[in-house]
Amino acid sequence: MLSERLTLMRCHETQNMELVVKAMNPKPIPPVLSPPLLNSGDVPPLRMDATKQPSRWKKRALSIGVGVSLLTAIFWETSPRTQLSRSTESVSGVLDPTIQAVAQQIDAAIDSEIEKQHLVKAHPADWRTVARRISLAMIGNGLSLEELRVLGQIPEPQRLNWWTEYLLQDRRSADYLAERWTRATVGTNQGPFLIFRRRKYVDWLADQFEKGTPYDAIARQLLEAQGSWTDAPQVNFLTATMDDADNKKPDAIRLAGRTSRAFLAQRIDCLQCHQDYLGKVSFSENSIETGNEQAPVAEAPSSRMGEQADFHQLAAFFSGIRLENPFVGLRNSNQEYRVKYLNEETETAVVPSVPYRRDLLPETGDARHRLAVWVTHPENKAFARATVNRMWAVLFGKPLVEPIDSIPLSGPFPPGLERLAEDFAANGYHLKRLIRTIICTEVYHRDSRIDQESPNEEMEIDERYEQHWAIFPLTQLRPEQVAASIHQASRVKAIDENSSIISQLELFTGVNDFTKAYGDRGDDEFNQQSVTIPQRLLVMNGSFVSERIKHNPVLNAATRIAELTSDDRTAIETATLSVLNRLPSELELSVFGKRLGNSRGPTRSAEMSSIFWALMNSTEFQWNH
Amino acid sequence: MEPLNSGRIPTAAGNVGCDSWRQFHRRRFLNGTATLAGGLLSQGMLTRLAERLALAAESKQVDKVSAKSLILLWMQGGPSQLETFDPHAGSMIGGETKAIGTSAAGLQIASSLPRTAEIMHQATLIRSMISREGDHERATYNMKTGWRPDPTLVHPSIGAVICHQSENNIEIPRHVSILSDQWPSRGGYMGSDLDAFKLGDPRNPLPNLKSYTDPKVFQNRVSDLHEVLEKEFRRGRIRDLDKTKTLHESSTSRATTMMASEQIKAFDIALEPSKIVSSFGDTPFGRGCLAAVRLIENGVRCVEVELSGWDSHVENHTLQSNRCAILDAALHALIEQLDERNLLEQTIVMCAGEFGRTPRINVAGGRDHWPTGFSTLLAGGLFRRGHVHGQTTHELLENGKDPLTGIQDAVRVEDLHATLLHAFGVDFTKELQTPIGRPLVLSQGKVVSTLLES
Repeated sequence: MLSERLTLMRCHETQNMELVVKAMNPKPIPPVLSPPLLNSGDVPPLRMDATKQPSRWKKRALSIGVGVSLLTAIFWETSPRTQLSRSTESVSGVLDPTIQAVAQQIDAAIDSEIEKQHLVKAHPADWRTVARRISLAMIGNGLSLEELRVLGQIPEPQRLNWWTEYLLQDRRSADYLAERWTRATVGTNQGPFLIFRRRKYVDWLADQFEKGTPYDAIARQLLEAQGSWTDAPQVNFLTATMDDADNKKPDAIRLAGRTSRAFLAQRIDCLQCHQDYLGKVSFSENSIETGNEQAPVAEAPSSRMGEQADFHQLAAFFSGIRLENPFVGLRNSNQEYRVKYLNEETETAVVPSVPYRRDLLPETGDARHRLAVWVTHPENKAFARATVNRMWAVLFGKPLVEPIDSIPLSGPFPPGLERLAEDFAANGYHLKRLIRTIICTEVYHRDSRIDQESPNEEMEIDERYEQHWAIFPLTQLRPEQVAASIHQASRVKAIDENSSIISQLELFTGVNDFTKAYGDRGDDEFNQQSVTIPQRLLVMNGSFVSERIKHNPVLNAATRIAELTSDDRTAIETATLSVLNRLPSELELSVFGKRLGNSRGPTRSAEMSSIFWALMNSTEFQWNH
Repeated sequence: MEPLNSGRIPTAAGNVGCDSWRQFHRRRFLNGTATLAGGLLSQGMLTRLAERLALAAESKQVDKVSAKSLILLWMQGGPSQLETFDPHAGSMIGGETKAIGTSAAGLQIASSLPRTAEIMHQATLIRSMISREGDHERATYNMKTGWRPDPTLVHPSIGAVICHQSENNIEIPRHVSILSDQWPSRGGYMGSDLDAFKLGDPRNPLPNLKSYTDPKVFQNRVSDLHEVLEKEFRRGRIRDLDKTKTLHESSTSRATTMMASEQIKAFDIALEPSKIVSSFGDTPFGRGCLAAVRLIENGVRCVEVELSGWDSHVENHTLQSNRCAILDAALHALIEQLDERNLLEQTIVMCAGEFGRTPRINVAGGRDHWPTGFSTLLAGGLFRRGHVHGQTTHELLENGKDPLTGIQDAVRVEDLHATLLHAFGVDFTKELQTPIGRPLVLSQGKVVSTLLES
């Protein structure tokens, strides 16, 4: 059945457009003329150095090249597609029952807390809204009209599971997840020139995610990496910390901080300089199971405050790494780690050790191998908790525990965290299973608002509703999510790896430029921030948006919707689906309907451009909800 | 301890901002006439004239020690103290640089800064800055915030702190960064609404400030956005969604206010006489400095102007001389213009980079990073005039010897920040509650009182 449905999509783009429109309007749509091709006046002039005029044949070659490229793009936009993506036939919307069982347990734990707080939980959100959340988290943009059309044909009980599976099989999700994970493991700095290859590192991570490499294995490869940063891209985890001024060894201090935060969600950086006099860091030698997630796990006598030595003993695992030469890359050596502790007169040689659960640390072997074994040991629960918390944050836009890289070893833990961590560890640290489980929860499907038509209409909704997951949290989209969503909303077709190279290049360069102008949050991507005036001006008046909503019958969805839809209602419905991935409200239909006023031609196209502008500039579009 | 937003007074512009799109008027947009002045005043928004009168009145009332605005001339890359403000001509470390006398008695600076030498009687020169950061990014963060990078928290830059601690009553951003490339000043934990508003060469129009549609169309678009989409979206959500969480609607309003504001002319240096424009030098940096004067004149609290290209690991003398030529004209004209416009008393100018450069010249004729004993120039406000603080040695330190050797009256970066905040009348020992739950003072340094007028 599914393949039959997908076959429906194997049609000409105009037909494809009609199908999208038909999904919302049972009335037949009259056939539409093919969009006119770009005339020569639409071809942007080439910039050439006036002092170096190319010969005539070069000019011709350039013209032909540009022409072919444009025709390719146009052909892509108007040509039939054989399938939505290369792997649709193998996508299943049936979920593993064990995943459903875990999700139910997590929901029960969270709902219990909501009740305890006397809060009302939101109703399930519209399926398109949930699909948009999944899409934003996994590939960084909303759904295309084309994708919405396909999803609409999947039986509702399986629809969102199908969409999750579809995206998990799509290379775009591995690429995007790798970008997010790169921030956590090597930060957002450019790193040292030549010896840090960020792109290679991201690609390597994406390969691991796509292959389904267990996350503990990925972590071990990073911690034990050796060799050249080009031949063994995981080495970039280490070279990212190298200083230009001293490029013979990675920075053991920074590596200790990153390892503890990214893999264990332990912020012990303050111990670098002094003992934990603020009482922020405590270590428990033995984990005590209480059976209650919200009760402290360890109040054992062995629980102690952090000391300066804890940090430096961790850093000492990385002290032996040396850059032999650019061809050999990083190799282990017997370099000793020395530090002058606070109030000490002389330096001390530091022996590598770990701050808690020393019983899990192998007694012999290479230092970094011992550390990697300890970090990923199944009984070192901090590893699973840290990963679960980060994946939850990627999917919800907000972690279970804030800040994302600071989860007390001894709890208390928020409802759901321990159960998810336990399942993640027990099932081989598979990230895809973790994603499926989180998305499967009712909490993930919850609306981000409380229905005001409910009996509790008068109640006030405050921050506690988000804090306890009674509603889906409202979070600002990342810059690249805003850019990619604008770009996708301005196109009828999904932009994926099957898209023309020009479409992909347009997306890549456009997103990069927009992100730079919009301003990246750096490492603090989950710190809640607000919108700034330059960001608003950029979307309101910037060329990135204007180019994508202006009259362009070949490329822009706004024009095509204006020209191809038979009536105002259908046009407005298609526009809101394209941009906000939802159907319009009555108020929107009324106001936008008056704007369109059954107009035709350039007037209608201009009005639709304005509707797209308003939709793209809304809080709803630029926030995940 | 105060909550994070307690320092921010509910602002006139902020109040107006919520509905300011309603004030977006076609005639005003086209002609720049203040047709809505009465309405704006009644809601707390000031016209340019009223704004300037208010600022003038405010300046009389406020204690003389308190400066109001900061101009940060940011020398990205690490200027060499030896080729700028701390030449050791003729010594082992001096290189090719010559020293010249200045308008401050007994003070010599590099001969590559002849115009600057003429205004040194207006400035305080610190020759003994020290930090613990030798990496560009980390040191920039350190110098701009007064804190070393901390993975758990992003600290606000000095400009953001000043904005946070002062009233907002203008229609344009109070924190502006001109020509900044990699690491512009940020609001950090105080909020991204205090991030510097970035712009490029002031010769070019401000980006994205003009709508690409007809004003009537734009007005309809904004109306639909607020009256339809935002209204629908607010339903059933957290109370005061915009104010407490997103700032999306208010930022839209402030953006449209800015688009229609007369104060936007402060960015337009073409309105200055050509003689003044040319006195700053025909460079983006020079134009940035002139724009900074105009912005400060219109109530902007902090303007950062960046001059990059100081990272001279090779051919140090040539590179530094080239940069000095640009800095020299602009710095001279900046101090002169601030003085002429009676703004120097209420404005502090700080000229600094993230670190200095090594006394030793390397095999490529360059100097490397040197965070121990570099120079920073300060002028205006309560900073002393014609004063030099600290001293570095002219000896070439042997390898392994403590680089702090030979530095007299060292000033730590955090102490510089504490002194600056003190000069702005800010109680920097005040603790704010940061988003990670950690109470934090505004500065951990101590005031270097010898830098200030007694």
